[in-house]
Amino acid sequence: MNEAYTSVASFAQTWGLAYFVLLFAGVLVYALWPKNRSRFEDAAQIPLRED
Amino acid sequence: MAQAKAKYLTLEEGFFAAFLIVIAFACLIIAGKTYDQVMAFHTSLGALFAAVGAFIIFKNYFDDGGIEIPQEIDGKPNYNLGPIKFAAWAAMLWGVAGFTVGLIVALQLAYPVLNLDLPWTSFGRLRPLHTSAVIFAFGGNVLLGTSFYVVQRTSRARMPGRIAPWFVILGYNAFIVIAGTGYLLGATQSKEYAEPEWYADLWLTIVWVAYLLLFLGTIWKRKESHIYVANWFYLAFIITIAMLHIVNNLTIPVTIYGTKSYILWSGVQDAMVQWWYGHNAVGFFLTAGFLAIMYYFVPKRAERPVYSYRLSIVHFWALIFLYIWAGPHHLHYTALPQWASTLGATFSIILWMPSWGGMINGLMTLSGAWDKLRTDPVLRMMVVSIAFYGMSTFEGPLMSLRSVNSLSHYTDWTIGHVHSGALGWVGYISFGALYCLIPWLWNKKQVYSLRLVNWHFWISTIGIVLYICAMWVSGIMQGLMWRAYDKLGFLEYSFIETVEAMHPFYVIRAMGGALFVAGALIMVYNLWMTVRHGEAEEAKAIETGAMAPAQ
Repeated sequence: MNEAYTSVASFAQTWGLAYFVLLFAGVLVYALWPKNRSRFEDAAQIPLRED
Repeated sequence: MAQAKAKYLTLEEGFFAAFLIVIAFACLIIAGKTYDQVMAFHTSLGALFAAVGAFIIFKNYFDDGGIEIPQEIDGKPNYNLGPIKFAAWAAMLWGVAGFTVGLIVALQLAYPVLNLDLPWTSFGRLRPLHTSAVIFAFGGNVLLGTSFYVVQRTSRARMPGRIAPWFVILGYNAFIVIAGTGYLLGATQSKEYAEPEWYADLWLTIVWVAYLLLFLGTIWKRKESHIYVANWFYLAFIITIAMLHIVNNLTIPVTIYGTKSYILWSGVQDAMVQWWYGHNAVGFFLTAGFLAIMYYFVPKRAERPVYSYRLSIVHFWALIFLYIWAGPHHLHYTALPQWASTLGATFSIILWMPSWGGMINGLMTLSGAWDKLRTDPVLRMMVVSIAFYGMSTFEGPLMSLRSVNSLSHYTDWTIGHVHSGALGWVGYISFGALYCLIPWLWNKKQVYSLRLVNWHFWISTIGIVLYICAMWVSGIMQGLMWRAYDKLGFLEYSFIETVEAMHPFYVIRAMGGALFVAGALIMVYNLWMTVRHGEAEEAKAIETGAMAPAQ
C-alpha cells in the first residue's frame, strides 16, 4: 500500500509536473504564435457579428 | 392532412417518453413501499413531474403532428429560445426566493427567536436552502439559460433536439424543488453545497449528462469555424461540475426505499473530497461559468470586442490548470497532511495571475468606451461585478495562507468574503446578463426603464457594502477575541461574549441583505414590464431607424 503511494507520488511529482508544464507551454505558444493573430482577432468579433 | 403527419414519434420523443414513464412507475413503486415520509413525498413529486412530462411529449406530438422545426428561417438560424426564456424567469423567481431566505437567516442570527422553535424553520435547515437556492437555483438557471443562448449565437446554429433542451431546463428545476423541499424536511447528506440526498444526486447526474450532450451537439452543428472563448468556459464548467458532483456523491443508500445514504469515503479522505468539490464548485460553477457570461455579454453590451483574445485563451487554460488544486486550503490545521494544505495554499496564491488577467481583460474591453459607464447602468453593473471579482479573488488567496487562515477560519470574515464574490461578482454579472437577455429574447429594444436599473444598482451596491464591511469587522473581531489570552494564560472571552459582541454587525448585515432583496425586486418588476410593455419600445426603434432588436 505504502509503496504504491510512494511510486504514484513520485510519478506525479516528476512526469506529472513535466506533462502540465509542457501542456501549458503549448497553450502559450498557440496563443502567442504570430501567425494566429489574425485568426484570434477575427474570433473576438464573433459575438458582434450580425445574424 | 393526416398524411402529412409523421407516422411515428421521433426517436428522441419516444426515448424521453419511455424514460419518463419508467421513472414515473419506479417513483410510484418506491412511494408505495417506503416507510420514510420524505421519500414518499419526493417520489410522489417525482412520479407527478415525470407523468406530466410524458403527457406533454404526447400532447405536443398530437398537436403539431411531429412537424419538423426549420433549422433556418430566411437564411438566419432559427434559434431555440423557449427554454432560455423559462430559465431566465426561473432564475429571477429562485433568486428573489433565495435572497429572501438569506435575509431571514441573517435576521435569525441577529434575533434567534425568529427560528420559531420549529424544525422546518430552524437556521440549520434554512441555511442550506439559502445557499443552494442562490448558487444552484438562481446561478444555475442563469448559467443554463445564458449558455444555451451564447452557444447557439456564437455557433450560428439551432440547438439539436426538441425535447432535450426542455428536459434539461425542467429536469434541473425539478432537482431544485426536490433538493429544497428535502432540506426543509430534514433530508441532507450534511456535505456543504452537496446536501441533496442520493436520489436527487442521481437525477441531477442524468440531467447534467443530457446538458453536456446538448451543449456539445450545438458546438458540433456550428457554422462558425472557431469555438468562441465563452463556450470554452461553459464547457469547462459543465464537464468539471459533472466530475465533482459524481465523485463527491458516491454514496450507498441504506435502502432504495429511504432517503438516508452513506458516502464511500471515510475520515480525512471524505473531508478532502468534499473540499476538492467545494472549492471547485466556486472555481468552475461560480467562476468559469460566470466568466463565460462576462466574455459574451460585456463585449456585446459595450459593442466592442474583448480587449485581448489571446489573453482570454491563456486566462482559460491557466484558470483550469490551477483551480482544481486549491481545495485543501479549506482544511488547514486538520488531520489533512500539512504538505497537502500547503499545496492548496500555493495554488491559491498562483491563482492571482489568471484571476487578475481575466479581470483586466474584462475591464479593458471598455477602453475607449469608458463614457458608457456613465450612460449605461447595465454595463456599469457588469463592470462593478468584474471589480468585485478582482477584489474577492485577491482576498481569497490571502485567506488561504495558513497564518491568515488561523485568524479568519470559522469566523464571519469567511462569510463576508463569500458574499463579496456571490453578491458582487456572481449577482451583478447575472443581473447584467438578465438585463441584456430579456429584451433580446422578447425582441425589445431596451429594458423598460434604465432609471430603475440605476436604482437597482445603487440600492444593491449600498447593500453589498454594508454586508461585507459588517462581516469584515465582525469576523476579525471574532477571530481576535477567540485567540485573546489573559496574563495567566486563560482565554479572555467566553464564546457567548463573542456572540454578544457580534450582534450589532449582524443587524447591519441584515440591513444590507434587505437592500439587496429590494434591488432584486426592482429588477423583476422592470423586466416584467419590459416583457409586457415592450411593443412601444419596438415601434420607436423602427421609427427612429435604430438597430434591429436582438441583433
